[in-house]
Amino acid sequence: MLITMYTQGLQPAEAGAGPAEAAGRFQARIDAEEKIEPNDWMPEAYRRTLVRQISQHAHSEIVGMLPEGNWLTRAPSLRRKAALLAKVQDECGHGVYLYAAAETLGVSREAMVEQLLSRSAKYSSIFNYPTLTWADIGAIGWLVDGAAIMNQIPLCRCSYGPYARAMIRICREESFHQRQGYEIMLTLCRGTAEQKAMAQDALDRWWWPVLMMFGPPDSESTHSDTSTRWKIKRFSNDGLRQKFVDATVPQGLYLGLKFPDPALRFDEASGHWGFGAIDWEEFRRVVAGGGPCNRERLEARQRAHADGAWVREAALAFAAKRAAEARFQEAAE
Amino acid sequence: MTEPAMPLWEVFIRTRNGLAHKHAGSIHAADAEMALQAARDTYTRRGEGLSLWVVPSAAIVASDPGEKGMLFEPAATKVYRHPTFYEVPDEVGNM
Repeated sequence: MLITMYTQGLQPAEAGAGPAEAAGRFQARIDAEEKIEPNDWMPEAYRRTLVRQISQHAHSEIVGMLPEGNWLTRAPSLRRKAALLAKVQDECGHGVYLYAAAETLGVSREAMVEQLLSRSAKYSSIFNYPTLTWADIGAIGWLVDGAAIMNQIPLCRCSYGPYARAMIRICREESFHQRQGYEIMLTLCRGTAEQKAMAQDALDRWWWPVLMMFGPPDSESTHSDTSTRWKIKRFSNDGLRQKFVDATVPQGLYLGLKFPDPALRFDEASGHWGFGAIDWEEFRRVVAGGGPCNRERLEARQRAHADGAWVREAALAFAAKRAAEARFQEAAE
Repeated sequence: MTEPAMPLWEVFIRTRNGLAHKHAGSIHAADAEMALQAARDTYTRRGEGLSLWVVPSAAIVASDPGEKGMLFEPAATKVYRHPTFYEVPDEVGNM
């Protein structure tokens, strides 16, 4: 049978296999570290989980352009401006790679964008915090991108081929993001007392929301078990959070900054940095729409989408006109 | 909201002369010219390529993974297609 590259959401039937048998065979492929590709048989729940996770990830990249876009016109030098512009362009590109990966599962980009704009899809809650000073751009690169890398590296080995391939590209590009952020922090910390205070203020405001980026504690995480079995997720939320804290605290101490956590201390016995309790009430509030910028972020996306409607319409009309002209030319010859 | 769907294109990149174009991913665009521009902006921001192909996704015909066995397994039984199937004495040297 001849088929298209990507399924339209129809399950190709597995010859002579009942649903339980097909699910067993699927799990065996996953257990053998085989990658699943777009037209392969997969349980409906695997498809749904991936569509939800990849589209949320794509939305996060797209909304993530907004806090940093806020400082593009006010970057303190041409060097900083060029770097920030390149970073924001990368975030857009990452969103596009991820929408493309999700589309291989039979969902259209238009449908996903519609879900974001109508508030029925989520994105990372970190982007609902404001960028009040230039130091926030440093803190985002160093901490937010640092946490994102920690989360994303294991996804490069995720069982779904198109998602894993998109993540490999993304991870390769992210490391410049974190380094440019740290360099901004370092410059501020080596500057005037006022500049250093600005860096400290940014760390104070971003530290806890960044720790929340790894998601709810393992004891409460709802999607973890099946995602782990399907090798979409390879490490627990708490495990990745600890890894991030261990990597980041020494970097902050090198900057001469203080973390806003009196309970933070190095535990010789375990070799890990212990940290205080996270305010999960705040996390739930921001996820539910009550963060400082939820409304502003969504309004900005809705406005951008509406303002671009005439461009999409014109491009399609022009393409249709050119196609009609070509058909006419062909008929005349 | 019922905007018409923007056509989907598959992107292939030649990273270096001497290598074949390789599938990189897909993008949306109204026509071929815009598809090339979008592919350039999306997939070659760090010097990844010297040449781009874009193909309407709908124009690509794929084999059915359900027929993987029928299509590809016969090759596994034809070991005589590989050089190591044939015996050549050591004294003859490399062949």
